[in-house]
Amino acid sequence: MTLVDVDEVALEGARARIDHQTRVAHLMGAVPEGVAPGRLSTATTVSPVAEATVVIEAITERFDLKAALLNEVGTRTKPGTVLVTNTSSIPVDDLAAYPPRPEELVGTHFMNPPYLIRTVEVVRGARTAPRTLNALQDLLDVLRRASVVVADTPGFVTSRLLHPMINDAVRVVQEGTASAEDVDSLMVGCLGHRTGPLRTADLIGLDNLVDSLRVLHERTGDERCRPCDLLLEKVAAGDLGRKSGRGFFTYERTEQLS
Amino acid sequence: MTAPTHESQGHRGIVTELITFLESRTRASWGEDVDLFATGGLSSMFAMELVVHLERTHGVSIRGGDLRLDNFRTVRTMADLVLRLRTDGATDG
Repeated sequence: MTLVDVDEVALEGARARIDHQTRVAHLMGAVPEGVAPGRLSTATTVSPVAEATVVIEAITERFDLKAALLNEVGTRTKPGTVLVTNTSSIPVDDLAAYPPRPEELVGTHFMNPPYLIRTVEVVRGARTAPRTLNALQDLLDVLRRASVVVADTPGFVTSRLLHPMINDAVRVVQEGTASAEDVDSLMVGCLGHRTGPLRTADLIGLDNLVDSLRVLHERTGDERCRPCDLLLEKVAAGDLGRKSGRGFFTYERTEQLS
Repeated sequence: MTAPTHESQGHRGIVTELITFLESRTRASWGEDVDLFATGGLSSMFAMELVVHLERTHGVSIRGGDLRLDNFRTVRTMADLVLRLRTDGATDG
């Protein structure tokens, strides 16, 4: 397993973060018995992709950045390498215009925190080859992930439903109908959600959520997807959710790592 | 409130310290046999905070098979775990 990031500081923090997350996974009974942990290497350039069997792209949710990276990575991988985009909203076939072998690109939306959430949303683009889907399925089997394959549209299923709902939940708080705490309590206590929409927003990262909502708004024209003022204010203030220690709620250092 | 003070504590001292910690973090009161993660209680993600707290405050290292939610379910089970790990450490070392 090789982790590539342009930010050396992020790579330095990754080992401690992964160690912490592995312990959380143990605590939650999400680690199989008798399986040794894999080896992690890190790099600040994409050159290791030449040796990879699967490459997973999980950068900022912006079309221009993803398109450029998928082009660069796709020209360096061996033919037959599965190229996965972890996009939450951008149609896979739009991104498939950039790597030289578009049939090797497939969308796989891992949910946060990925070490605890076992089901992933797989997006088959118009040009995704059956053998690419099969190879991805083999990887997901090794990772003990279940998958649901869906068609290629902005936001697919999970983001298309969840992100406008979270945006509405923020509007409810913005309009003074209820506090963030109360909105979450109602969605958990009355409607059976595992986590309330505003704690979920903090977990996703409010900046990531705004990026995803912008993609959805541009591509669907749905006004519910236009990021609301309170969400934008929090991002501008640097309150990005769990990772920064504060969003709609505040978080201890331990929670920031999870 | 330094680690050596707590390391010398017995079961009662650990229980008192943990209840103080829980009350400061949750602004609710807790008994030593209350299931912290039962309906209406703490989120299971809070368990990792308890792990880190026990390690920092009570000078133990919680690894491998001891990382089970059942060990953190009540204040009493956590105090039992701390005492057992200290004894194991003393025996091993």
